Amino acid sequence: MQKLLKKISPQTRSDFITYGIVIAAFVIIQLLGAAGLLTSSFSGLLVPICAYVVMAVSLNLTVGILGELSLGHAGFMSIGAFSGVVAAATMEATVASPLLRMIFAMIIGGVIAGGAGFVIGIPVLRLRGDYLAIVTLAFGEIIKNIINCIYIGYDAAGLHFAMAGLGDVQSAEALGLQGGKVIINGPVGAVGVQKLSTFPIGFALVMLTLIVVLNIKRSRTGRAIMAVRDNRIAAESVGISITRYKMTAFIISAALAGMAGVLFAMNYTSLIAGKFNIDTSILVLVFVVLGGMGNIRGSIIATVILYMLPEMLRGFDNLRMLIYAIVLIIVMLFTNSDGAKQFREKMKMKLEAKKKTKETGKGGEAA
Amino acid sequence: MKKILSAALAVLMIVTCAAVFTGCGAKASPDKISIGGIGPLTGDAAIYGTAVKYGAEIAVEEINALGGIQLELNFQDDVHDAEKAVNAYNNLKDWGMQILMGTVTTAPCIAVSSEADADNIFTLTPSASSTDVLGGFPDASGEVTIPRKDNIFQLCFTDPNQGLASAQYINDQKLGSKIAVIYNSSDVYSTGIYEKFAAKAKELGMNVVSVTSFTNDTANDFNVQLTEAKNAGADLIFLPIYYTPASLILSQANSMGYAPKFFGVDGMDGILTVEGFDTSLAEGVMLLTPFVADAQDERTVKFVSTYKEKYGDVPNQFAADAYDCVYAIYEACQIAGIDGATSAADACAKLTAIFTDGTFAVDGLTGEGMQWSATGEVSKAPKGMVIKDGVYVGM
Amino acid sequence: MTFLNYLINGISLGSVYAIIALGYTMVYGIAKMLNFAHGDVIMIGAYISFVVTSKLGLPGIVSVLAAMVVCTALGIVIERLAYKPLRSAPSLAVLITAIGVSYFLQNTALLIWGSAPKYFTSVIKFESIKLFDGQLVITSEAIVTIAACIIIMIALTLFTGKSKMGKAMRAVSEDKGAAQLMGINVNTTISMTFAIGSALAAIAGILLCSAYPTLMPTTGSMPGIKAFTAAVFGGIGSIPGAMIGGLLMGIIEIFASAYMSTQLANAVVFSVLIIVLLVKPTGLLGKKISEKV
Repeated sequence: MQKLLKKISPQTRSDFITYGIVIAAFVIIQLLGAAGLLTSSFSGLLVPICAYVVMAVSLNLTVGILGELSLGHAGFMSIGAFSGVVAAATMEATVASPLLRMIFAMIIGGVIAGGAGFVIGIPVLRLRGDYLAIVTLAFGEIIKNIINCIYIGYDAAGLHFAMAGLGDVQSAEALGLQGGKVIINGPVGAVGVQKLSTFPIGFALVMLTLIVVLNIKRSRTGRAIMAVRDNRIAAESVGISITRYKMTAFIISAALAGMAGVLFAMNYTSLIAGKFNIDTSILVLVFVVLGGMGNIRGSIIATVILYMLPEMLRGFDNLRMLIYAIVLIIVMLFTNSDGAKQFREKMKMKLEAKKKTKETGKGGEAA
Repeated sequence: MKKILSAALAVLMIVTCAAVFTGCGAKASPDKISIGGIGPLTGDAAIYGTAVKYGAEIAVEEINALGGIQLELNFQDDVHDAEKAVNAYNNLKDWGMQILMGTVTTAPCIAVSSEADADNIFTLTPSASSTDVLGGFPDASGEVTIPRKDNIFQLCFTDPNQGLASAQYINDQKLGSKIAVIYNSSDVYSTGIYEKFAAKAKELGMNVVSVTSFTNDTANDFNVQLTEAKNAGADLIFLPIYYTPASLILSQANSMGYAPKFFGVDGMDGILTVEGFDTSLAEGVMLLTPFVADAQDERTVKFVSTYKEKYGDVPNQFAADAYDCVYAIYEACQIAGIDGATSAADACAKLTAIFTDGTFAVDGLTGEGMQWSATGEVSKAPKGMVIKDGVYVGM
Repeated sequence: MTFLNYLINGISLGSVYAIIALGYTMVYGIAKMLNFAHGDVIMIGAYISFVVTSKLGLPGIVSVLAAMVVCTALGIVIERLAYKPLRSAPSLAVLITAIGVSYFLQNTALLIWGSAPKYFTSVIKFESIKLFDGQLVITSEAIVTIAACIIIMIALTLFTGKSKMGKAMRAVSEDKGAAQLMGINVNTTISMTFAIGSALAAIAGILLCSAYPTLMPTTGSMPGIKAFTAAVFGGIGSIPGAMIGGLLMGIIEIFASAYMSTQLANAVVFSVLIIVLLVKPTGLLGKKISEKV
């Protein structure tokens, strides 16, 4: 058995540890839930945490593995969320099973967000560094602004669509519905969304995301993507098609964010476009950076901690967000500053020295 | 190195999880009625949540001083976001909330009221004014797509009522011949009022010459909107928006040398209390509001002076609504004989029955003899006010 | 006439973006970091000025000086405590710290001054200019903001071009290691940059609130993001670029709401930005990035 473990490359082992942690967490939480030991606030956090974990892991694919800073990831989440809501609402009559409806909605949300990723990727990926970052920010804002103006309704005749700002559209009356329902009502957003998200579905999406992202990272594609990140010119000179690989990573990242959006949207009865603003994009970026660039397991852990932190701080009343800010700064300083690095090096050396003295003590016997 | 870090993170995570699900937070005391409150205390909309929290706190203190039923208020921040509002709601449930007063703002309230409906927790919102909060109203397709959430009630006017009342009022009093509207198209409240106003204005044959909007991201410069209204010859501008952007609109119109009449809704209330605001800019502004801070009746005077003393500001309509909410809950609890030991579901059934029995009426700062219908709406008449010499005068 | 009016409005709005963008570009150019807390330093500056004028009753010019002093000190403290320890860390780590600082400043302001909006009394006292019987109004705030922009732009250009400290800054921005070898104190230079950037933020905050007089703890966020976009638009790091970028942003925003749609104004502004960056990938006046192999 140990031999077998040794045969597996350390990378694969690390991947399996990540899967193991997630599965173990799921099983423990399900057991605790069955035993009635979970508080409502904890159970209420499970689905949004899954959604943000998927967001963080997918953003890590763009930021950590592809090495391009994106400040508009919430835009893809938004596109996925709203298209998922529309899909689920239109299927209400035809698909009876809520689970199937959720799966279809998620697929549709993912595909549309991925498509948006492709369209946006064409201009975005021509730029570099901070200019690329600002264009992703711009797309995030554009998406928010446009969705805020969209009216979508559904009746016996099919989907109706209208957009404020074009012609004389000022309210959902412009849809001209004959019965049926208004699904997206401009600035009011989607109200009356059916809650279809559950923790097991969230868990399944997290697992799917992990399988996709970890496998990409270990595949030929992943190595090519990382080669592009580390040295674009060298990668190009050995025949790696930069655009193709960048685009692949970007689209997958967008599609996963879209699916996270569907999971998120279906957890609340109301949804507005303003939710997916730059603050949300930055929140997810904080998860990624704190968890470590390119470190998938880190993203998961950082998301769970940072998402729960403000909830835990509720006891502090109006100092809550201030403490959150201070914790964020201190953690960044502790993990990245020169002083802290030296301190950790010292501690490590001390520890190792201790270990060595122990080992030499034992080593004598073995020899 | 990395291992130490990730080990540290993992330990932190376990601690976090443990803390959250053991719910180490304080529990509601069993001899008091536990009222939960939710609203924005940080972020852009913090002013509204803070006002509600303060107004409710004053009411709770007054009631507890009476010595009868004792109340306990736990108010949680939602940053004006549905997701965080639901988190706050769950947190309050763990605390042992029996009755929910909230949430303050509309979009989060739609999400929370669905949860409260499913959990059977009686909810009275002081200020979330969309009909989607209550459910049971038809949307633009003419059909009811959100069923009535039976145990959710409002203490404020609904958006459609305000829109209809404003149009009716402007038309009846012949306040303007050419009307312009500037509304916030990224805000649920503002859009909700505007839509009904537009429909009613059309029905009454009013002459609406210019409709422009802005979003939260472009809420600094209103010259374009004002210039369009001016060029269209509007002599009255309807502003179904909150007072913060309204104060900018008033000052920019002034510097343009454009002086139409301005007509606002309850969100306009508070404009006179903005610290440093030149109230002469608001001279002649008309608004529909349920609450007037300089009213001379005993209760208002007492409320305003206590509020000023404790929090240093003049209370706005949100604070007054919250104050009334707590009193409405208190009076209903007295009738129903609810105490700290009643379960949330029991309290919900009893309170819903009382609120809808047709005889229950509450006198408050924002209305006399307020009653509730089975739709969840409150019956109170908006008061038309006009600002003269820096104070409200009845129209 | 209406067109001229819109143009003037656009320039007034743009000049506010420009003056904020100058601070952004200054810090970015030298320290190579996106200082997301800049918008919040602006807000603090405005609050200081508000307190000095309306609470202490001192004249406007004193409040400007007080705000500059406080913001400069704040800028230096932030740099020392939050950014300096991360000098050799990846740039994203600094970005996240800046976001933390931004949350911190906003919530501190919320605790100190409360959530109720304050109405900022303009520090500019002279009358607006009215042309053609009041058909065309140029507000005094706009005139002062534009004048301040031009003065600051020229002063910064001269400072970075001619003075010893300015040259040191350029050297640091070019190559930190080499600058150090030439005997430049990199830490002092970067601290100095933050000091100047924060002093500019104080001025920007006061002018922003003089033109658009509502003041809340979140006042700096959206103008901060717009100004940051403007700085990139003009070519980040370029001082005249920030000014041009800011002015164009303002004009496009006003024209988009005037001639296209008030609802979609923001989308139009950002679309123009994207198009410009596609044609000129480093902004209007940005340096071309040479690729090293």
